[in-house]
Amino acid sequence: MKVLVFVEQRGGKSKSSALEALSVGARLAGNTADLAAVVVGKGVEGIASTLKGYGADTVYVVDQDAYNLYNPVAYAAAVEAAVKAHGAKIVVGLAAPMTRDLFPRLAARFDGGILTDVTAVELAGNNLQGVKPMYAGKVLAKVETQNAPVQFVSVRPNTFKAENKGSGNATVTKLDVAAPTDGRIKTLEVRKGASERPDLTEAPVIVSGGRAMGSADNFKILNELADVIHATVGASRAAVDSGYASHDMQVGQTGKTVNPNLYIACGISGSIQHMAGMRTSKIIVAVNTDPEAPIFKVASYGIVADLFQAVPVFAQKFKALLEK
Amino acid sequence: MKILVLLKQTPDTESKIQISADGSKIETAALKYIINPYDEFAIEEALKIKEKAGSGEVVIASFAGDAAKELIVKGLAMGGDRGLLVSNDGLDGLDSLGIAKILAAAVKAENPDLVLVGKQAIDDDNMHVGVMIAELLKWPHVNVVTKLTLNGKTAVAEREVEGGQVEVFELELPAVIGAQKALNTPRYASLPGIMKAKKKPLDTKKPGDFGVDAAALKAAPKAVLRGFMPPPEKPAGKVFKGEDVAVMVDKVVKLLREEAKVI
Ligand SMILES: Cc1cc2nc3c(=O)[nH]c(=O)nc-3n(C[C@H](O)[C@H](O)[C@H](O)COP(=O)(O)OP(=O)(O)OC[C@H]3O[C@@H](n4cnc5c(N)ncnc54)[C@H](O)[C@@H]3O)c2cc1C
Repeated sequence: MKVLVFVEQRGGKSKSSALEALSVGARLAGNTADLAAVVVGKGVEGIASTLKGYGADTVYVVDQDAYNLYNPVAYAAAVEAAVKAHGAKIVVGLAAPMTRDLFPRLAARFDGGILTDVTAVELAGNNLQGVKPMYAGKVLAKVETQNAPVQFVSVRPNTFKAENKGSGNATVTKLDVAAPTDGRIKTLEVRKGASERPDLTEAPVIVSGGRAMGSADNFKILNELADVIHATVGASRAAVDSGYASHDMQVGQTGKTVNPNLYIACGISGSIQHMAGMRTSKIIVAVNTDPEAPIFKVASYGIVADLFQAVPVFAQKFKALLEK
Repeated sequence: MKILVLLKQTPDTESKIQISADGSKIETAALKYIINPYDEFAIEEALKIKEKAGSGEVVIASFAGDAAKELIVKGLAMGGDRGLLVSNDGLDGLDSLGIAKILAAAVKAENPDLVLVGKQAIDDDNMHVGVMIAELLKWPHVNVVTKLTLNGKTAVAEREVEGGQVEVFELELPAVIGAQKALNTPRYASLPGIMKAKKKPLDTKKPGDFGVDAAALKAAPKAVLRGFMPPPEKPAGKVFKGEDVAVMVDKVVKLLREEAKVI
């Protein structure tokens, strides 16, 4: 089966989970000749060498000024060209902002099928079968593409293994794709975020604070803990709505769905909406003064204590452990 | 300026989602429905644009069953001018591309300057339909928008992406814009608003009225739901209490290293 993997990049760097998507592609393709990757941007050819060994013989590179910053119409044209060049029947990407913006557009363009944010995916004949969390993870749905000339699937970050099996030499094939002139949209700029940390949706470790933080200032102790264990800091909606945390830090049904190896919830009660966004975390630690708080029902480890006492001790103990 | 807002009815975020005994579907009988939370930001933005312009029309539309009329009326009570229900009678479970094709045809017939949607629906969490409509109409789109400024026939939209980065786009109308939470604060319907809403026009149309062969879409879906499973149960955790905080933290840190192996 001819499979193409869209490798998301920003500023010349591919996303940390890109190799996970490529490994899914390798499994679906079955051999290195049938798997190709596509990288779109400006000055991005170097990314191809980082894909060596992950199962793709070909890396299509669309590298022009017009693709320097993400533009949905231009990038769709670039990926469309790669789909056609490879004769791809399946296109794999990461369930991250760029892919989630592009794939619905491309699925409509090819009159194709699309599965989004899957946590499992395999071939069933010519169709793709996947498992996808719905209702913010309250249930898992079995989804399947049908009647689709081209099928698109985005995989949840931090869920599939990136496997370098040593095959697939990732040879660059340049594609010269003129960006559409009638797209009626241009990218003015991309403003940097305040944080150098991985985004919540990709972070392997998250420390989150709730209403109990009491102020924006108090988030300092979470930042200090996060520094020690290289975590990204999140928040409950109550903390965001109270102005203690910025809204892009919100975890939950109307915030971000996160999937870290470790989620430390501090002063968060565990509302159904909050848990919807973080229940798939592999390990959950809760710190809460109320032994009846619902968060303890999903916690792997819990401490009934004042977070202002516990959090600094966590930072200190982790530091001691990691320095060993 | 004519603005079309597309809303979806979704289960209340408090809802427990029950899977039918045979695993084939979600039990809907006991569910309470709300306007998809992100769609409320879309409605609010449409109303703000109209108020700022001093004129215009805000149409609140949904592809849904009759029950969604109540939610469209809620949008009218917030300040929408007219409602449009595109009936999904007999089309339950239609895939997102099928829905997008029907709604794109409805948008074409309505011919608005701007389509506002929520960035995603909180039931299937797909983020498909708004973007697909834009593609089908060959319109530009920006999704996950936290700030929107209109200048005549163009708009500047800020889109939130990973790591707090913001992409800023300039686009020509007509276009599809998908609302993110930070875009605005949705108003509550006022009592007079609620009274007036009942008298505002609310048409019901079928996909066929827009020239779409919905039966054909239903017969050859591009994606199907094959059934549902509960998420895996987490084994009961270890909760420590009543001891010295440092002692409890020490235990958890050790467990994270030795048992969970995540640190
Ligand atoms: C449509 C809708 C969407 C929503 N979406 C989201 C969402 O995406 N994300 C989200 O998080 N919420 C969401 N909510 C809100 C949700 O219902 C809760 O209100 C919110 O999650 C509560 O946040 P919290 O746990 O921080 O606050 P609270 O529920 O007030 O909990 C605070 C907790 O802190 C504990 N505590 C107090 N002092 C201390 C201390 N010193 N040390 C330790 N613990 C302490 C308390 O025991 C309590 O358990 C949504 C609600 C609605 C209606």
